[in-house]
Amino acid sequence: MSVWSAVLLAACICAALKAFGYLIPAHLLEAERPARISDLLTVALLAALVAVQSLGAGQAILVDARVPAVLVAAGLLWMRQSFLVVVVAAAAVAALLRLVGWAA
Amino acid sequence: MREVWREGLGVAIATSAYGISFGALAVASGLDVWQTCVLSLLMFTGGSQFAFIGVLGAGGIAALPSAVASAALLGVRNLAYGMRMSPIIGTGFWRRTAAAQVTIDESTAVAISQPSPQLSRLGFWITGLGVFVGWNLTTLAGALLGDVLGDPKAWGLDAAAAAAFLALLWPRLKQRQAVVVGVAAAVVAAALTPMLMPGLPVLVAAVVAIVVGWFNWLGRNEAPAVEEAK
Repeated sequence: MSVWSAVLLAACICAALKAFGYLIPAHLLEAERPARISDLLTVALLAALVAVQSLGAGQAILVDARVPAVLVAAGLLWMRQSFLVVVVAAAAVAALLRLVGWAA
Repeated sequence: MREVWREGLGVAIATSAYGISFGALAVASGLDVWQTCVLSLLMFTGGSQFAFIGVLGAGGIAALPSAVASAALLGVRNLAYGMRMSPIIGTGFWRRTAAAQVTIDESTAVAISQPSPQLSRLGFWITGLGVFVGWNLTTLAGALLGDVLGDPKAWGLDAAAAAAFLALLWPRLKQRQAVVVGVAAAVVAAALTPMLMPGLPVLVAAVVAIVVGWFNWLGRNEAPAVEEAK
């Protein structure tokens, strides 16, 4: 699979999912189980991505400057800071720890 | 009326601001500037876009099928949003097509928080179109910036990606069931990382949600909420 075909395929699937929502009759919205699974699916995927992105290095687990950076991000989210503040702070923490050589 | 404009534009500006981080991270993960912009134009749903580049960055070309699958699964919630917005948007092929493309967390959240259908419709279009224009402009800016930054790790961009997922996840952790699913999915994904090809642990972790959601373990009987606007 080339990068371009993956980009276009994923983009078309996501656009099609949005369109399907407008084609499906509204009464199906009453069904509780699909709605609940769709909500939890989002939570599970995002949580798994947090774990892999903070600890994964290819097929290994590696604790490095990302871990303290993510902890700082969690603290800022707790303090209700905006998305941009959280992301920039995490980058700054990791970059600084690497610059002074305290973490890989 | 004025309130809706203020709320919609406020959400649009705040959301567009982090398009910069998406653009920079996408280039760091291995996409070129064009591919990055196509994701924002055509896919246009932040969670899926971050998932695609996250899996690609971790696993490279071999992980592309997993990147597509992760993005698609995260896009499923837009289907539910579309069903909710459909009666409010009204009729007409082109209007509904445009509405479908700008159906995202933010536009749906602003729309359903309005007191009347007219204000809902207005809030939806202001937020949806505002985010669409802003997000695509800042994606391009971020991608061009990422191109000249050099080594992404020296700038902490790998940590920024992890923080971005955490920030997208955070507003969804209001109920106990969601917290348990989130923790379990994170543990499953980390535990499977040494055993499976990059990208697959995330997909396997999604099974946690399907199982818990199917049997409604730890859940209460209430309608699922749409993420609040950031």
